[in-house]
Amino acid sequence: MSPVLAGVLQLLALVAALALAYRPLGDHMARVYSSVRHLRVEKWIYRCIGADPAANLRWPAYLRGVLAFSAVSVLFLYLLQRLQGGLPGSLGFASIDPDQAFNTAASFVSNTNWQSYAGEQAMGHLVQTGGLAVQNFLSAAVGMAVAVALVRGFARSRTGELGNFWADLVRGTVRILLPLSLIGAIVLVACGAVQNFAGVHEVGQFLGGSQQWRGGAVASQEAIKELGTNGGGYFNANSAHPFENPNPFSNLFEIFLILLIPFALTRTFGRMTGSLRQGYAILAAMVAIWIAFVALMMWTEFHHGAPAYDIAGGALEGKETRFGVAGSSLFAVSTTLTSTGAVNSALSSFTGFGGGIAMLGMQLGEIAPGGVGSGLYGVLIMAVIAVFLAGLMVGRTPEYLGKKIGGREIKLAALYILITPALVLCFTAVALALPTPRDSLLNTGPHGFSEILYAYTSAANNNGSAFAGLAADTPWFNTSLGMVMLLGRFLPMVFVLALAGSLAERSPVPETSGTLRTDKPLFSGLLIATIVIVAALTYFPALALGPLAEGLAS
Amino acid sequence: MNDVMSMNGSAGGAARLFAASLRALLVLTVLCGVLYPLAVTGVAQGLFPHRANGSEIRERGTVVGSSLIGQRYDLPQAEGRKTPAPDLRWFQPRPSDGLSDNTVNTRYRLLVSGATNRAGDDKELIRSVREARAAVVRDNSTPGHPVRPSAVPPDAVLSSGSGLDPDISPAYAHLQVRRVAERNHLPAERVARLVDEHTRQRVLGFMGEPRVNVLELNVALRELTR
Repeated sequence: MSPVLAGVLQLLALVAALALAYRPLGDHMARVYSSVRHLRVEKWIYRCIGADPAANLRWPAYLRGVLAFSAVSVLFLYLLQRLQGGLPGSLGFASIDPDQAFNTAASFVSNTNWQSYAGEQAMGHLVQTGGLAVQNFLSAAVGMAVAVALVRGFARSRTGELGNFWADLVRGTVRILLPLSLIGAIVLVACGAVQNFAGVHEVGQFLGGSQQWRGGAVASQEAIKELGTNGGGYFNANSAHPFENPNPFSNLFEIFLILLIPFALTRTFGRMTGSLRQGYAILAAMVAIWIAFVALMMWTEFHHGAPAYDIAGGALEGKETRFGVAGSSLFAVSTTLTSTGAVNSALSSFTGFGGGIAMLGMQLGEIAPGGVGSGLYGVLIMAVIAVFLAGLMVGRTPEYLGKKIGGREIKLAALYILITPALVLCFTAVALALPTPRDSLLNTGPHGFSEILYAYTSAANNNGSAFAGLAADTPWFNTSLGMVMLLGRFLPMVFVLALAGSLAERSPVPETSGTLRTDKPLFSGLLIATIVIVAALTYFPALALGPLAEGLAS
Repeated sequence: MNDVMSMNGSAGGAARLFAASLRALLVLTVLCGVLYPLAVTGVAQGLFPHRANGSEIRERGTVVGSSLIGQRYDLPQAEGRKTPAPDLRWFQPRPSDGLSDNTVNTRYRLLVSGATNRAGDDKELIRSVREARAAVVRDNSTPGHPVRPSAVPPDAVLSSGSGLDPDISPAYAHLQVRRVAERNHLPAERVARLVDEHTRQRVLGFMGEPRVNVLELNVALRELTR
């Protein structure tokens, strides 16, 4: 069997597995966020917090919960790293420097999981398992909570109440992320991912001497790292490390975990708004973009147009033998079209076009299917823009899901789509204008420019993958990327929750013959066009200087 | 109702909100950062202790590494050489130019996994590919059986993503057969059969790529030479 055919079959197997899980998981999540019952463990948690889970909050109060909880999380994770050297369970590792500790705390709380450290040599058991892995759960649960609040904004009328942040946070963690992670982690151990709390120890080698290994709760962190679209690796090589991703099956399984919740949330959205077809229309747009990107990536990587790969006979630099070109391409697209950023191969060593495809995937706003929660609210914002554009064309006030989209809604949606590119392009420009950040570049020319553009694209979109030639552990990059990650995560959430509050206050408008049907393939096409046009207009000049220049030269 | 969220933006309200956030974080940390990993560890150590502890390979009772972690098969480093020369008795793995030693907490000698991150048009990478290919051709050409440069597969000259890739392609393994057979005074057909026995096909016929685990192959080879 040719590697290309094997790649296509892997893609089909993945689609089949995701299709099987779509309905049960999507419906389960809709029940979780609509239920009025509380599990016993949840009641106990609410008592600890001192919160009334039945209290319905308006958007400013919901937002205050999101921000306060995330701020406390950043501070806690920062202190945990700063104090690592004196805390037990740390393998005796030293405390992390202030700039790197800030960067890492911002990174994991914002669901970005950009890493300027190498996990195996810097972070002990306590920080990895008790700090970083915990934020893998909680940042994902916060993302889902905000998405569900926006869905309620569409589904509810004349109230302004969006639900309860604590209940959404706790339920997302307890009823969705924990059970799925538990199953996922055990599957990964069965494949060969390690799961122990051993210290640093010697292991013999074939020709004598020994290697030093460290133990770790790797499988349990790996499962939620993919499921929560986080992406922060236990080891420096992330999912290329054989202890994180041991074989071709675990590779496909990890891609499945990455895509599972983001795709299924469209079903949850359809359920909660009372029209499954609305969810399918959005799903169709997501799937079309994802498959198109997979096809493009496989084409360019199998074609391997780059001088070094023409000599070698294949683009295998930075790719593992067991995954090959197809398994690496599939992973790379799935991780950059979600907010995951885990990598099973070195994106910096992909062909010029391949690296550009990964970057463009993030620049679309990570909506195909996007991060857990952030993918759904991101695509719904694009849907609002799409109905607005359609309204302009025919001269009607736009409506979406029975809600009039007025000036306030459009302003909030416009702010949402402007903030991320503004962060990316401004900070890239500043980094290039300053004298010192350029010292961090490994490669020169267009690829060097791509390294910096990629870093800010990844941070602002909360992705976390890297053109890792960039030596990012400098005070400038740690601090500026940390700020960009926080702004790129929480400013959009402000606009999303404000939009949700505004929509929830509106009265529903009856559907007429002139209403644009948003549950039809036509709307899926309009949505794709909107997403592509917005990204292209914003990023084309920057992409032309980096990956396009590199790809066309070879 | 004294819900913390219904407090308005007063200073007291903010303090109570932050206190509630801290309590939420702590209780969820116990759940996700203590109970969950312990539960997974318990199941893992109960059901799959060999895998959960690193899939170690033993040769006559002695641990010689992990089937998942690649290692080097080099001669002791000679004086004046920058890098040790490969021990051509054994099957050689892929290059691992992205692998490095630990730079923090340096009382340990941990391997830091990683890739070179060189771009496909990078001069350094082009140079290293040319050199690696010349070395593969030189090392594996035996009298009467010269290796053509075009026969060298890409994995023989390009580093992996982790620097710890335990596998090579069947093509690279077969390319090394004559050299290995000669150095170990074994018939080439026997060594070729050994490679075939250790070639793993794609999982279920379509997942991943065919591969040969270098450590397992070398362990079997050493058994053959005893």
